[in-house]
Amino acid sequence: MKGITERLRELTQRGRCAVIPYITAGYPDWDTTKALLQRLPEAGADIVELGIPFSDPMADGPVIQRASEEALKKGINLEIILKGLQELTTKPSLVAMGYYNPILRYGIERFVERAVSAGIGGLIVPDLPPEEGEELIEAANRHGVATIFLIAPTTPRERIPVIAEATTGFIYLVSLKGVTGSDVGSLKPILERVDEIRSLTSLPVCVGFGISTPEQAKIISRHAQGVIIGSAVIKRLEEKGIEGAVRFIEEISEAVV
Amino acid sequence: MSCKIGYFGEFGGRFVPETLFAPLLELEEAYREVASDEGFQKELKELLKSFVGRPTPLFYAESLSQMAGCRVYLKREDLCHTGSHKINNTLGQVLLTKRLDKRRVIAETGAGQHGVATATAAALLGLECEVYMGEEDMRRQAINVVRMELLGARVIPVISGSRTLKDAINEALRDWVANVDTTHYVIGSVVGPHPFPTMVRDFQRVIGDEAKEQLLKVEGRLPTHCIACVGGGSNAMGLFTAFRDDPCRFIGVEAKGAETLSGNGEIGVLHGFKSYFLQDEWGQITPTDAIAAGLDYPGVGPEHAFFKETLRCTYRHVSPKEAVEAFRTLAKAEGIIPALESAHAVAGLLAERWNEQDLVLVCLSGRGDKDLSEIIEKGVLQ
Ligand SMILES: Cc1ncc(COP(=O)(O)O)c(C=O)c1O
Repeated sequence: MKGITERLRELTQRGRCAVIPYITAGYPDWDTTKALLQRLPEAGADIVELGIPFSDPMADGPVIQRASEEALKKGINLEIILKGLQELTTKPSLVAMGYYNPILRYGIERFVERAVSAGIGGLIVPDLPPEEGEELIEAANRHGVATIFLIAPTTPRERIPVIAEATTGFIYLVSLKGVTGSDVGSLKPILERVDEIRSLTSLPVCVGFGISTPEQAKIISRHAQGVIIGSAVIKRLEEKGIEGAVRFIEEISEAVV
Repeated sequence: MSCKIGYFGEFGGRFVPETLFAPLLELEEAYREVASDEGFQKELKELLKSFVGRPTPLFYAESLSQMAGCRVYLKREDLCHTGSHKINNTLGQVLLTKRLDKRRVIAETGAGQHGVATATAAALLGLECEVYMGEEDMRRQAINVVRMELLGARVIPVISGSRTLKDAINEALRDWVANVDTTHYVIGSVVGPHPFPTMVRDFQRVIGDEAKEQLLKVEGRLPTHCIACVGGGSNAMGLFTAFRDDPCRFIGVEAKGAETLSGNGEIGVLHGFKSYFLQDEWGQITPTDAIAAGLDYPGVGPEHAFFKETLRCTYRHVSPKEAVEAFRTLAKAEGIIPALESAHAVAGLLAERWNEQDLVLVCLSGRGDKDLSEIIEKGVLQ
């Protein structure tokens, strides 16, 4: 399977901004996750970000908190996720989003190794800044899975190269000061931030947190290499099931350039 | 052993979302400045004296000594203004907030003591204050909710997760991520990302510093043992720090139901730091069930984890029954109604076997008024 960076480069060359929906593994059940992993690419998802549920998701707003809680109640765990992914014959380009503790508990080396054989191309760990990530970065590099670190609105310019240095997949630009699913407000500063980051690194930049409409995705797609949509997808899933989520991604996909 | 910044051995660190990383560096820098700033230290010292009532007394507990079979002194943090040691830390952090030019503070609270202490410091120093409190704890500690509101703070019920202290910390962290420009998060114990464990310890070390001087004066020798209850571990670390390099044994007493270091805790990362946490085989944090809301936390400060690993401190736990017995004993025998949290320290004392020559210093971290309704409701006194 091709690396996440190459996948993004290829899309960029074709003039397409990647559409990256986030779904919580096991929400509302693993069968739904499996179905979405098949259906979302058909709907226009270029990469899927798969969330590994955690009991204490401190970077997440109420929608993703609820989804994680629900999935955990149904008994989801890392083993079921990794095994389930491995059994899928076709699957999209995948990145995993998971808090550090479940990974640490599973064993960093074991996790990275299993993630690779499950077809996961990149890792996002929202509570792990590069300064604390030595062990994970080392294992990820050795096994050829991309590391994806975040840049926030509070990240000073001088720190951007530090984060880029640790990143091999794409830069995840957090669009707002807050948790997932908050209101993004004005897009202008986000676009300027994308341009600033692009001037400091050749890594692709994908924007996420609080992006909830095709219009927003469209505007962001003119500057960024990818747009990540989380809470809004989970909300559709909550309200209108798989079909609703799929249709939403179709709309997003049609909107982006 | 790692000697990275903000680590105690392999514990501690800064496991936070990127949004908080730069603000934490800024906080560390500001804290470093005030730690050696005479003006700041003088202002804090004056407040601790005239507002909090420090130094708190060191009390020779005669009846308790007889029961235990050694000499027992109580460091009376229950006599601090607002009723617990928590105010030592909140005054320090709220003063620091003013230095940071931020106008709003937030806090988490379990028993409500830290919330009250933060609301008090904010009222005194003129800052806006919002306190996150688990719905379950708001019920258990209703009086403290009223106190916070009287002090001008807004109490925000936390309905996520297990609705207790750990979830209140999650919510406070989420608030902080969104409002870090204007807001300082006053963490209530020696937990959280660096520099909190160090900073809170430093603000609490006044407990041990005072006790050491007081004890040397009356006994002419150092204690053989120091005992304190451990939730996150701030009153314990506050007592222990002064005696760190002395030949004095430390005992940390946890509550059954939240026995992180004396029970099933495993190394992990939560709330921004690496330490021991109660968790299942998949790294999901497991619910706690301590009788004292202030001890109902599934983790423990990183320096305590380090103390455990290096055998500097022994950690044990006591049952709810032992804690309630100690609560009654102290009330009847010494005329002091302790906080249920502090009763765990006394229960820890009574559970050990002592020699006549032992000189034991117990931190009485708070007073028990807040616990009476819970005690009545549970019917535990019958
Ligand atoms: C009276 C009292 N003692 C102890 C604690 C536990 O905190 P720590 O372990 O940080 O001292 C609390 C917490 O609310 C408390 O109110």
